[in-house]
This record gives sequence, structure tokens and C-alpha cells, in this order.
Amino acid sequence: MQHGRFRIITLFLAGPLALYGVFVLSPFAQAFWLSLTSWSGYTAAQPFVGLANYKALMSDPAFWQALEHNGLLLAVVPVATIILGLFFAGVLNVGASAGRVGGVRGSSVYQKLYFLPHVLPVVIVAVLWQFLYNPQLGLVNSGLDRLGLGSLKQTWLGDPAVALWSLAAIMLWTGTGFYVVLFSAAMQSIPRELYEAADLDGAGRLGTMWRITLPLLRETVQVSWIYLGIGALDAFALFQVLLPDGGPNDSTNVVSQYLYQTAFQNGQMGYASAIGVVLCLLTLLLAGATFLLSRRETIEF
Amino acid sequence: MNATSPEPTATRMSRRNLLRTTGLLGLAVGSAGVLSACAAASSGGNGSAPAAGATSAGNPLGVDAGAPLEVFVFKGGYGDAYAVYDESLYSKAFPKAKLSHNGIQQMQTQLQPRFVGGNPPDLIDNSGPAVFPLPTLVANGQVADLTPLLNAPSYDTPGKTVAQTLQPGALDAVTYDGKVMGLPYVSTVKGLWYSQSLFDKHGWTWPSTWDGLTALLGQMKQAGIAPFAYGGSDAANYFLYPLFSLAGKQGGAQALIDLDNLKPGAWQSEPMQNAAAAIAKLAATGMFLAGSAGLNHTQAQTAWVQGKAGIYASGSWIESEMTGITPADFQMTFGNVPLLTAGDKLPATAVLASALEVYLVPAQAKNQRGAMELLRIMLSKQGAARFSQLTHAPTVVTGATGNQSFGSTAYASVAKALAASGSNTFTYLVSSWYPTIGKELNVQIANLLAGRVDGPGFLKAVQAASDKVASDSSIPKHHR
Repeated sequence: MQHGRFRIITLFLAGPLALYGVFVLSPFAQAFWLSLTSWSGYTAAQPFVGLANYKALMSDPAFWQALEHNGLLLAVVPVATIILGLFFAGVLNVGASAGRVGGVRGSSVYQKLYFLPHVLPVVIVAVLWQFLYNPQLGLVNSGLDRLGLGSLKQTWLGDPAVALWSLAAIMLWTGTGFYVVLFSAAMQSIPRELYEAADLDGAGRLGTMWRITLPLLRETVQVSWIYLGIGALDAFALFQVLLPDGGPNDSTNVVSQYLYQTAFQNGQMGYASAIGVVLCLLTLLLAGATFLLSRRETIEF
Repeated sequence: MNATSPEPTATRMSRRNLLRTTGLLGLAVGSAGVLSACAAASSGGNGSAPAAGATSAGNPLGVDAGAPLEVFVFKGGYGDAYAVYDESLYSKAFPKAKLSHNGIQQMQTQLQPRFVGGNPPDLIDNSGPAVFPLPTLVANGQVADLTPLLNAPSYDTPGKTVAQTLQPGALDAVTYDGKVMGLPYVSTVKGLWYSQSLFDKHGWTWPSTWDGLTALLGQMKQAGIAPFAYGGSDAANYFLYPLFSLAGKQGGAQALIDLDNLKPGAWQSEPMQNAAAAIAKLAATGMFLAGSAGLNHTQAQTAWVQGKAGIYASGSWIESEMTGITPADFQMTFGNVPLLTAGDKLPATAVLASALEVYLVPAQAKNQRGAMELLRIMLSKQGAARFSQLTHAPTVVTGATGNQSFGSTAYASVAKALAASGSNTFTYLVSSWYPTIGKELNVQIANLLAGRVDGPGFLKAVQAASDKVASDSSIPKHHR
């Protein structure tokens, strides 16, 4: 009996595991192997060079510069997206004031509006913002003019001081909508009695948000942070469409773009694989550290 | 994007056309290539180049009449109708050969596994949004030397070899250590562009000295037109054309060859210093359309054809690229970069030119002779005239179209410039030979135009990139 059950489990698992092995694990292993070679990407020959690629990477200023840009994105974009997402989701869904529990008026319309940017493909978003950021005709600069804030006008994508943040703003704009919806869903599973009780005790919207909603949303926020962090470590499509050369004075070159340049412009597939492996390790590290640092007892409700 | 070099510039040009038609999917596919490329290792076949068969007057290359021929053409701005026409001539001569024509967009993405696997097709038009880096293929010994083709008699010019029918300098960009490793089909000039109708309206004429140009720029400003526009976010490197034109004319072609050969201090030569100073002065005196640093090339070019700027730096693909956007009465015209001083080594008519749309015959192709025969047909007067008629672009074949200009002022001005330049055309290859130098050039020319760096600072940074490549023994070096 015991033996037969084992056979059935094996039978059902073999297929999926084989697929996972072929399409997920083996490319990973292959990429790691390639990172130990000086493969150009075009020949059958893959000369083994050991850890030479990794050694070169450690003293490659272009790599460190790109990593720094990813670091800046990582420090700002996830946190800002989560704060904005929580704010909008909070306003739309929960809280209680003057005996009424729920979101602000017209919240379902807002929810759809916020989600819209997330539905657009990244490439379309990039082209859209290319128009908005046009220093001459773009909506951003002409809007500032209209508001009498002409002194704040910038060459958004052409100035090393603002280019990275101009791109970060697009990431924020694209990402927020999804997290509004995600947090909304999580908030709706919080029992209404808690808010009613808080309202009776005289708590305002801010109070309920801080003391009830946030603690109960802990795990959702944690997962969001990891997901956004992975996005900040990647950022390829948006950056490559808007500033394919790495931006003004290389101020927006990110690791994934540097990987692309080494692989396809410089013909150094082995070196590019090493960059990919390092990026992969950093992403795993980020996820691991997040779980480790924010481990706490789950609140049941 | 590396657009300073001959082949990648073709890429860029065609990419735009492609993006326009496919709704920007090109880049999305390109990024997917990151993944597919990493998972493409297999055992390599070892097809050695087949020897030539029996040759005859009608078959000088000794093509095996029954051998199949597999051709991949980039179906972008120029379409692939011209290749289909040339292939029909091939099929007429070799009716038993099975010819497979493929018009595609993602050359490198689609064909890389076949290179790795050792069974590449016979002829590849290495152009479009994803191309093979030619220097890498050459260093790997993966492309065939086209000397047999060049020494073969021309298809329809009696008494001349194929090589003798080509424009001077047409093969410079594909010559590696004396061997011709590709065949660039489209002739391109690089420099400045203006609207003849705008110039006529203001009574301006194209100057032949840099001082004359500076005076003209002042008049443009007075007329309320920004002298230059440029696309700082992705195509600042178009301004390398005036930069290298100035330096090449002052110091002679050798000034640029020294850059290609990584000669120590070549970037700080006097012609380079003077050229960089001239460009830096344009920035310092406010000769650029405001906000150019944050425009991309499409936005900058559109502002130019709309009359917001007077002059635009680009190559001769600009006409076909802006089709549909350029006003009908614009009269786009090539303006050769003027001389810095009267003592310059080359005449004012010398032109920075290179040939694009590079065709490759892989070293492991099974029907190399057939591929070369098809190239011989493409390089006939008949084939070349057909191409120009279809695309309004000149080929590398001299005088294939006679005095026709297909109703295009741009085509007429390019043909005139090429004829006037004669054997004085010159080019630079440093950025296609060494992509990391090309990348630094792109970054630094954008800095120069935005005024973030001065002439000497620009040259110092690029010299450092050049020295770094020179001292890196892992990078294969080229020489000319």
C-alpha cells in the first residue's frame, strides 16, 4: 500500500519536475557554466577560464557604476511605490469616519484609473513618456509653464542630475496602480468590525490606517517589497527604450543594460553571463534578507 | 545602441523603420534574446568551405548548378523586393538550384543558433535591429573572404572585375587585415543636411569654410531659427560626422586611420583638437535647439523638418527615414562639412562616406560560390539600378543609375557629393572595431554637445578608452 502510493506520487510529479528541470534549472546551470568561459556567443567553442570573468567584474568601474544606479532605484522606488499604493488603497477602501466604513466616494472609478498604467506594455509606457518628457513640447514642461512654475522646467532625459529620477518616476507611475489593487484586495479581507470598533473609539482615518490596517497587511507589503525590489534590480525594458546608450554621461546605465551591451555589442557572452549570475545572486540575497529581517509572528484574524 | 560605426548605423536606420511598422516590438524581442542566447550551446559542425567547381565564361565563380542557396535578407526600410529580383536572375541562370529566400527582421536572434551549430545559411544581409558584430565573427573566423567575388568579371560591365565597378573606399569598413569579409551594398555619405527651400527663402547658400558656416549660423539665429538640432538621448553620436569630417579633412584620412589603429595620442592630434574645439564652440555659443539634450533622434529630426532648426547632422538614410513627415516642399539636401582652414589636407569636396547594408557569406556556408554569384548579380548595373529605383538609395556600384535622381533632391545631392569627392572619401572604423570605445564616444559626444565637457576633456576621455583597449590583450586588434 505504502509502496503503491509512492509510485502514484512519483508518476504525478515526474512530468512537472522534468519540465521545471529542463526549462528553469538547466538554463540557470548553463548560464553559470558560461560565466566560467570566454564564450563570444557565436561559436561552438567555449574556452574555460575559471573565475577570471568574476575577477574582472570586481574591478570593472562600468559594472559598479551600473550597480550603483540599481542601488539608488532599489532604495527609492519600492518604498515610494508601497507608500503611494497604501495611501491610495487606504483612501479607496478602508477607514471609518463619522459612522461610515468604506472608501471615499467614487472609489471604484479611481481604482480602475490607477490600474490603467499597469495594463500598458512597458514599451508603450516608455514611448508615452518620451512624449511627455520632450523638453520643448512635452506635457511635463508645458504643464509647469502653465502653472507658473517655469523655473522648475528640466531637460528630463538629457541632464545627468535628473535623468535617473525621471526614469524612477515612470517606474513609480507604472507600478503604483497594481499595488493599489493588491493592497485593496488585502484590505477587504480585514473584518469590518475592527474598523467599526475603532470608529466608536474615536480613531480617524490615519489612526485606523496606522494601527489596524498596516499591521494586518504586513505580509502583503513584504511580498510587494521583494517584487518591487526585483523590478528595481532589473528595469531593462524601460531604460533600454528611453535611453539605450546609458543616458547622459552614463548616468542611467543599469546592470541589465550593461549585460546587454557586453553580450550583444561587445561579443562577450561569457562575461555577460557572469554579470547575469551576480545579478541573480543579488536578487536572491535581497529576497532572503527581506524574509530574515522582517520575520515576525503572523497575526491571525 | 552603437550608431557611430558603419554597420550599426545601418542597424539604427533600419531599426527606426522597423519600429515604425511593428509598433516597437523590436526591442521587446531583442531583450528576449538575452535569455535565448544564453541557452544555445551545442556541438559545432565542421563544414569546410567547398572548393570551386568548373568555371566558365557564364559561370566564372564555378557555382554548382544544382546546389541549393539559402538567403536571409533584412526586410526593413529598403524592403526585400530588390533581392527577390536579383534572385530571379540567379534562378534563370541556375534553374536546377533550389533557392530559399527569407525576408526577416531579427538577423542575429534568429540565426545565432545556426552559427553556433555550425550550419549557417549561405548569404546573410547583416542589418536591422539585431545584427552580428562583424569584428567578433571575423575574429572567430566565421565569415568567408570575398576575394574570389571581387576578382571575378563584372556581371554586365565588360572588361572590368567586380572590384573595379565599386566606388572608391566602399570596402574600407569591411576590410580586416587586407581581407574583404563582407559586402556593404548601400553607399552612404555622412555630414550635415538642410532644406534647400528654406535656404532659398532666406537667400542663404551652403558655405565652403567653417567661418562661412559660423556666419550663416548667426544669420539663422537672427531669423529666429535654431541653427542645429540633435537627439541627445539616443543619437548625439550623429555629431561625430561633422567632428570626424573636420578632423579628416584637416589632417587627411590618416588622422582617422590613426584612431582606428589605436595609435598612442591619436585622439589628441592637432586636427582632432581643432575639430573638437570647433564643435565645443557651437555648444558654448548656443547654436543648438533648446532641449536637444533631452530629445531622441525622431523628435530632433521632426523639429528640423518642421523648420525649428536649420541644420541636422546625419547620414544619407535620413531621407527615407523621414518619409511621410518631411513637408513636400522641403527639398532635403546634403551639405558637406566645410573646411576648418585653407591649409587643410583634403579638399572641401572630400566626403565622410561609408557603405552599409553589409552582406556576409559565413565561412561554414555550404554554397559559398552560389552566395558570391548572387552578390555578383546584385553588384551588376542592372541589379544596382533596380535597387536605387526601388529604394531611392545609391548602391556602391559606380554610375549604375546614370543621371537619374528619382525626383529626390537628397538623392541628387548625395550622388553629386560622391562624384565630386571621387577618391577622396574617408571614414573611421574605431567604433565598430572596438565597441567599448564606441560606447565612450557616444557618452562623451553627448557631454560635448551639452557643454558638460570641453574639447580637451572630450578627447582625453576617449583617448583613455582607446588606451584601455590597446592594453587589453584579450581584445583582438585590427589594423588598416
